[in-house]
Amino acid sequence: MGKQLKVVVLAKQVPDTRNVGKDAMKADGTVNRAALPAIFNPEDLNALEQALTIKDMCEGSTVYVLTMGPLRAADIIRDAMFRGADGGYLLTDRAFAGADTLATSYALSRALAEIKPDIIVAGRQAIDGDTAQVGPQVAEKLGLPQVTYAEQILSIEEDKIVIKRRLEHGVETVSAPFPMLMTVNGSAPECRPQNAKRVMKYKHARTRSELQELGEDYYMQLLETKSYLKITEWNVGDIDADARQLGLLGSPTKVKQIENVVFQAKESRKLTASDEDINSLMVELISSHTLG
Amino acid sequence: MGNFFLDNKDLQFHLNHPLMKKIVELREKNFADKDVYDYAPADFEDAMDSYRRVLEITGGICADVIAANAEDVDKEGPKVVDDHVVYARGTQANLDAIRKAGLGGIHLPRKYEGLNMSLICFVMANEMVARGDAGFENIWGLQDCAETINEFASEEIKQKYLPLVSRGATCAMALTEPDAGSDLQAVMLKAHYDEASGKWLLNGVKRFITNGDGDVSLVLARSEEGTKDGRGLSMFVYDRRDGGVKVRRIENKLGIKGSPTCELVYTNAPAELVGDRKLGLIKYVMSLMNAARLGIGAQGTGLCEAAYREALKYANERQQFGKPIIQFPAIYEILTNMKAKLYASRAMLYETARFVEIYKCWAEIGKERPLTAEEKTEMKFYNKLADAFTPLCKMFASEYANQLAYESIQIHGGSGYMKDYPIERIYRDARITNIYEGTTQLQVVAAIRHVTTGTFVAQMKEYENAGHPAEFKFQLDKLVALREEYEKAIARVTGGDSEQIEFHARRLVEMTGHIVLSHLLLRQAAESEEYRVPAEAYIKYAQAQNKAAAEFIANSCCGDIDLYKAVLNDSVE
Repeated sequence: MGKQLKVVVLAKQVPDTRNVGKDAMKADGTVNRAALPAIFNPEDLNALEQALTIKDMCEGSTVYVLTMGPLRAADIIRDAMFRGADGGYLLTDRAFAGADTLATSYALSRALAEIKPDIIVAGRQAIDGDTAQVGPQVAEKLGLPQVTYAEQILSIEEDKIVIKRRLEHGVETVSAPFPMLMTVNGSAPECRPQNAKRVMKYKHARTRSELQELGEDYYMQLLETKSYLKITEWNVGDIDADARQLGLLGSPTKVKQIENVVFQAKESRKLTASDEDINSLMVELISSHTLG
Repeated sequence: MGNFFLDNKDLQFHLNHPLMKKIVELREKNFADKDVYDYAPADFEDAMDSYRRVLEITGGICADVIAANAEDVDKEGPKVVDDHVVYARGTQANLDAIRKAGLGGIHLPRKYEGLNMSLICFVMANEMVARGDAGFENIWGLQDCAETINEFASEEIKQKYLPLVSRGATCAMALTEPDAGSDLQAVMLKAHYDEASGKWLLNGVKRFITNGDGDVSLVLARSEEGTKDGRGLSMFVYDRRDGGVKVRRIENKLGIKGSPTCELVYTNAPAELVGDRKLGLIKYVMSLMNAARLGIGAQGTGLCEAAYREALKYANERQQFGKPIIQFPAIYEILTNMKAKLYASRAMLYETARFVEIYKCWAEIGKERPLTAEEKTEMKFYNKLADAFTPLCKMFASEYANQLAYESIQIHGGSGYMKDYPIERIYRDARITNIYEGTTQLQVVAAIRHVTTGTFVAQMKEYENAGHPAEFKFQLDKLVALREEYEKAIARVTGGDSEQIEFHARRLVEMTGHIVLSHLLLRQAAESEEYRVPAEAYIKYAQAQNKAAAEFIANSCCGDIDLYKAVLNDSVE
């Protein structure tokens, strides 16, 4: 279809908490980031796939990634570019540090007010905080309609998008007018792989500060001649924001206490009596040689 | 989240071979493409960085998609629906992942939308794919048909077909027929030029065609009416979308079940001539087969890797008599020999690939400008080595794939015989590798010429004089002694008639391989401690094997032929 949409994906670089070892936490109860590799938050990859699907459906649409974090978070912007995104925005500043979901969504919403996308796609939640609050808060702050737990985009029409939501007891089909925000469930299709040609093309993409760190004329020249290699980097001065609502200052969440939890039993799962669930359990037990 | 590139240090070692600088520079021709294509490298380091990144993507897909689907693909297999092949669902998912990752045309020039990466990278990708699923490697690896099109077809045909392959089209090479297997001169499929449509039309039957319903096929057909031998055959390219070819059936095979082996019926199928008439078998099939043999070398090596890893894992996990079985001498000896053969197979694969790539790069450059005398000499030198090493590489990788799969099952014991472990499939998959693309017996025929004319002896002497560290003198002396023993055996055999040479050919070619592979591993051991044990273990093995062969040859007399020929008189009733 002919509609050209401007899509922004909200993404976060997170410590990989999926395979936590003994050294995952420090003695003081904080996350030992050195022991956990920094990765693209998994559900944000599902979100990216949905955004790229929009680009496939509506030729001429663009997909940009917006992330807030330290300089190295530019890695996930490059990763997204390797998979099909056109570029990205890195929000990085000491003033953003220590933000809870409220301050984060405020900063992101101010950046989005500058970018003015038609569709904002976010992952349902990040695996470090597990709050699922940032997406909905951003929508609220911008006064946009939001569709949470999205699993599939069914169609895009001139004035609206039709989405299938995955809920606990079934699915729901809803539509929303543009501009809108959707958060994507982990049950949505996996993100497409990095593409060889795109990797070769975009591997030198850098933000302004990254370039300064490299300090090599070669890269400076490269980015001068190839503008698609520029990743936009915004500091607090680049967005119209109230400093009191940013970072630690703007974060009402206070951690009262942290406890180390030791699981007594192995992770439990709830299965229904459906053929599908029983079948998948059987397959799993057979493949782990518990049965058969 | 596995990765068959990142988890394999040996593979990475070969990517960093010193000859890569020369190879990249030859391929990239002063890096002129960088001003034309936004994905072309600016210099050697840039190219190598791209190679590593793309191989990392490939390694991820091989581990997480292709290997993960292998068991289901083996069970489900392809089927024929309405005269065409429908792949197993896992196969379709594999192709989908590869297309999305843009891994088609790894080795094709950029002007045909390819990635223009080194042949070494394509071979590495083949190997990793085969480690994940050897059957799928056939479908993936057949894109080397595009190489033959690139080498010999007209610009018009290249423009039409090569971008399809870069975008992920699959290929097939339709050579064999019910009465033309190893003997391709007997091919009957008829090609006649239709004046009305200005196209060649193909009629007849092809059999045992791997991925026969692929998007782009190279077809060997008889274009010269009334001829009976290889000189009447030409090569054609057929686009599946044009129609005219039906899949009559898919063979029910022992292994590589995901790879559809087709019987095809051609009824006025339109096709285009590749290169010149009458050169189909004499020139183009030979090129195609050499590329395919290198492909099987990669497939065999990937299977070796899979078999070794399964064995090592099981031997560590399985407890008997109160300890892991790897602690028993009977088991650790097998594993050490498996590892030595795996590393040897890979060393041979990339040595061969480097020889092939350098001479092909010169041939390609030679199409654009006249080569200097020096360049021509270098091209001929590597061409000869490539000719000599390719059959040796195919033979050893495929035989070792079988041996390692066999030993791996042995280590698994009864469990390995069950379908519960991947090794059962790996064992079945490995069995075809020393049969297709020329049996081991035919590789011997291709290699023996270089045994008797001294190509290998000269190369062994090159290796001997490569400047080894003093601590390897003891091992090197062993290899010099092996070469001397080998030369004596050759002299004894070549003193006889041609049947005598044929009779001992396999023994001589095996001796050749043992010495060459020992040298390659010893050279690696000089660079990295990692290779000391596999090198020493392999040299011990080579010594024992060559002694046995030398002994047999030394004790062989003219009466031997009659002794072994007596079987011809046995009744088949």
